[in-house]
This record gives sequence, structure tokens and C-alpha cells, in this order.
Amino acid sequence: MKYLEEFQNPELASGLLADIRATVTRPWALMEVCGGQTHTIIRHAIDQLLPDGVELIHGPGCPVCVTPLEMIDRALAIAARPDVVFCSFGDMLRVPGTDRDLFRVRGEGGDVRVVYSPLDALRIARDNPDREVVFFGIGFETTAPPNAMAVHQARKLGIRNFSMLVSHVRVPPAIEAIMASPDCRVQGFLAAGHVCSVMGTAEYPALAERHEVPIVVTGFEPLDILEGIRRTVRQLERGEHAVENAYARAVRPEGNPAARAMLEDVFEVTDRAWRGIGVIPQSGWRLSERYRDHDAEHRFDVTGITTREPAQCRSGEVLQGLLKPHQCEAFGTTCTPRTPLGATMVSSEGACAAYYLYRRLSTPPAPKEASRVG
Amino acid sequence: MCLAVPGRVTEIAERDGTRMAVMDFGGVVKDVCLEYLPDLAVGEYAIVHVGFALQRLDEESARRTLELFAELGMLQEEFGDPWEAAARADEEAGR
Ligand code: SF4
Repeated sequence: MKYLEEFQNPELASGLLADIRATVTRPWALMEVCGGQTHTIIRHAIDQLLPDGVELIHGPGCPVCVTPLEMIDRALAIAARPDVVFCSFGDMLRVPGTDRDLFRVRGEGGDVRVVYSPLDALRIARDNPDREVVFFGIGFETTAPPNAMAVHQARKLGIRNFSMLVSHVRVPPAIEAIMASPDCRVQGFLAAGHVCSVMGTAEYPALAERHEVPIVVTGFEPLDILEGIRRTVRQLERGEHAVENAYARAVRPEGNPAARAMLEDVFEVTDRAWRGIGVIPQSGWRLSERYRDHDAEHRFDVTGITTREPAQCRSGEVLQGLLKPHQCEAFGTTCTPRTPLGATMVSSEGACAAYYLYRRLSTPPAPKEASRVG
Repeated sequence: MCLAVPGRVTEIAERDGTRMAVMDFGGVVKDVCLEYLPDLAVGEYAIVHVGFALQRLDEESARRTLELFAELGMLQEEFGDPWEAAARADEEAGR
């Protein structure tokens, strides 16, 4: 009962767990795609409550973690310019570039500002017409529509000193890449709920079909995760591979059509490098031709920057689910949230940070069956 | 940053030709853009991410989620001061 007491509704949780136990007859490996889900899982020790053999593999769904190093270095170079106000979401501050981070650039005199919303950056641009205001546009399909709106508004309102350094990524091509890898052990996916709130579920049936893999849209609360796992293993046990929505209170099949329309207007699909993983075809967005004026990469010359990844960091393997964070030699010794070597240790959604924060310094012995469910 | 938090609409107004709301997130009040959910009304709940309402939510699940997030300190993580956190981390690392 030690873990279950921490659930908001322990009876419901133990019911779901009992159902999962009754369903599972052999080992299964499931991937939770989203870093927010990874945190819920580790915080509530959901992985340890599951029956033996049901393994959760942590996916690449942390936007801060997968932003490629060259993009971080470009951000740092732009932010250091005296004519620039550089705006970013707060969790990019500590992400290590080749030799510094945004926080350091600010300490050295760069005008780096943290904004809560991309519209805040747009307002800064309107209020400072004599400065170049650059916003660091990162994130998955949940963040891309807000950022798209900021660019759209800049154009509509004629705010010419606003540009965006765009490094957006898309989930379905990442799932495709994971399934196509020869090392892949994933047999089912818990798809990221809020990505689907925007995009709906239309992209998933083809993926589920092609790779014969169940995909269950899952929320972020402990009970949501258990329900997602329950539905995925039920499909696996029956030999099915359908798309199911276990997060119906926030996900409609069509997603948010207004947001999707704006995405299509402002962005176009492009190949994108993921930090630690490499280039995944068609896995990103960049500004479309019409909005090139507001593209920071066109406005500032940021080509020709040499990047250098720290040799010890194995976050690429962590992001692909090939290595658990505590299996990295640097974990908790040379690499901690205060002295991070990789973005997966810095980001509030990173798997390394989750393991560190919730004291998963090594794999604890599995708690006894009887002590888990009352 | 990836966290999307449920909030309740308390006010709605046009600003610069954009539909905006004031929303309450368990006591924290923020401006939120309604362009992607234009028919959201005062008193209703929605999932909000980086200042944009993205999907309607029923009151009960919104309240439950907010309570849980507050309990786990996740609202602090989302709305707290990132400079302070970064500076603290630097200090503790002795940089
Ligand atoms: S523990 Fe640190 S060094 Fe190891 S993979 Fe994670 S971020 Fe990289």
C-alpha cells in the first residue's frame, strides 16, 4: 500500500492494477511518449506497481531535451548580440549548449527574457520597436499552434522587429522512427494526450496498422496512465493493434481544427535533427515561405557554428528507450540537475531529471506482491 | 513547459483584434488567448498551454486536475520564477 496511498483515488488505482494483473499473461514493453507522463510514472512509482514483465520504456517526448545542440548554439549566438532581446520559455535557460547556456549569456550582458507565452514576446517587440526581438520557438504539436499565432499576429499587426528561431518537432514521425529501429522493443504506445488535444487522432491508425502496434491516447494523471496501460495490454493480449482514446475528456478525434489550420498556414513540414537521436525525416516544422521574413535563421547569420556534444552523455540512448537514466555512468555523479551534462537532466520533463528527483538512483528491488495492493 | 493546466474563464475581452480571457488557475491569474477556442464562455474551463486555451474541459475533471497539480507543486513549477530557479541551481553548483 506504500505507493498506492499517494494516489488521489487509491481504490480506483488498485482496481485498475488488479485488472491489469488479471489481464497480463506474458511480458510486454510499452512506451510512454511524453516526458510529462514519464514524470507521473516515476513520481508515483507506477512502473514498480505493474506486474512483473510489464515494462515502461521512456520515450523522446521532452521538447527541451530533443532540441538539437546546433539550435541551442544558434540561440546562444543570437541572444549574445547587443541589438537583440532574446525571449524564451523558462526551461530553456539551463540547457547546455557547446560552451554555455542562456542563463550564462544573460549574466554576460545579453538581454535574455523569460516569457510565459509567445504573445508576451510579441508585446515586447511592439513596445521596443528599435530592438530586434527573437523568440525561441520549441515544442511539440501542443506548443506549435500558440507559437504559430504569434508569428501570424506579428504579420497582421506589422510588427517587423519580431522573429522566431523555430525548432518544432512532431510526434508521429518519431513513433515511426522508433518502430523502424532494429533495436526497437516497444510493443505498444501510450500517446501524448495534449498533443492529441490539438492534432486529434487521425495520424495514428496508419501507424498502428503498419507496425501492428496498439496506440492508446493517454492523459497525465496517475489514474490516466494506469488506464492507458490497462487498455494497451488488453489489446496486446488479444493480438489487436487499434487506436484507442483513453483521454476523451480532453481529446476529440478531430483535435482542435482552428489550431491545426493555423499550423498549416504558418509552418511547413521539414526534416529535423533530434538531439541525441539524429535526423528524423519529416519530423519537424519550419516557417513556411510566406513567413520567411519572421524567421530568425534568415535574419541573422547563424551558419558555421561548430558544436560539440559532451562525450559522456548518453541521453540519445535514454531518449530512444535503449538505456534507463541510472544506467548512465555520469548519472548522479558528474551529472546532476545542478551540473547537468545533458538536456535530459536539465529539463523538468527529462527522464534523467525524473530519476534523479524521485531518487531512482538504482533499480530498487521489486516490492512484494502482497504489500502493493491491499 | 509541456505541462498544460486547466483554468477557469473569469473575463473575456477583445485586445488588438484578438479574443483574450483572464483565467484563474487555482489562484494564479493569467491572460489567455481564446483564438483557438473562440466560443469559450465566462465560467467555463479549458486546458491552457503557454497562454492559449486549447480544449474545453468539464468542471469536475478540471478541478480534480488543479487540486492534484497544486498538491504536487506542479503549478509552482509552471508559474514560478525560472530565473530564481536557475540562479539557485548555479549557486548550489558553486558556479
Ligand atoms: S545522466 Fe546526464 S550524462 Fe547521463 S544521459 Fe542523463 S543527462 Fe546525459
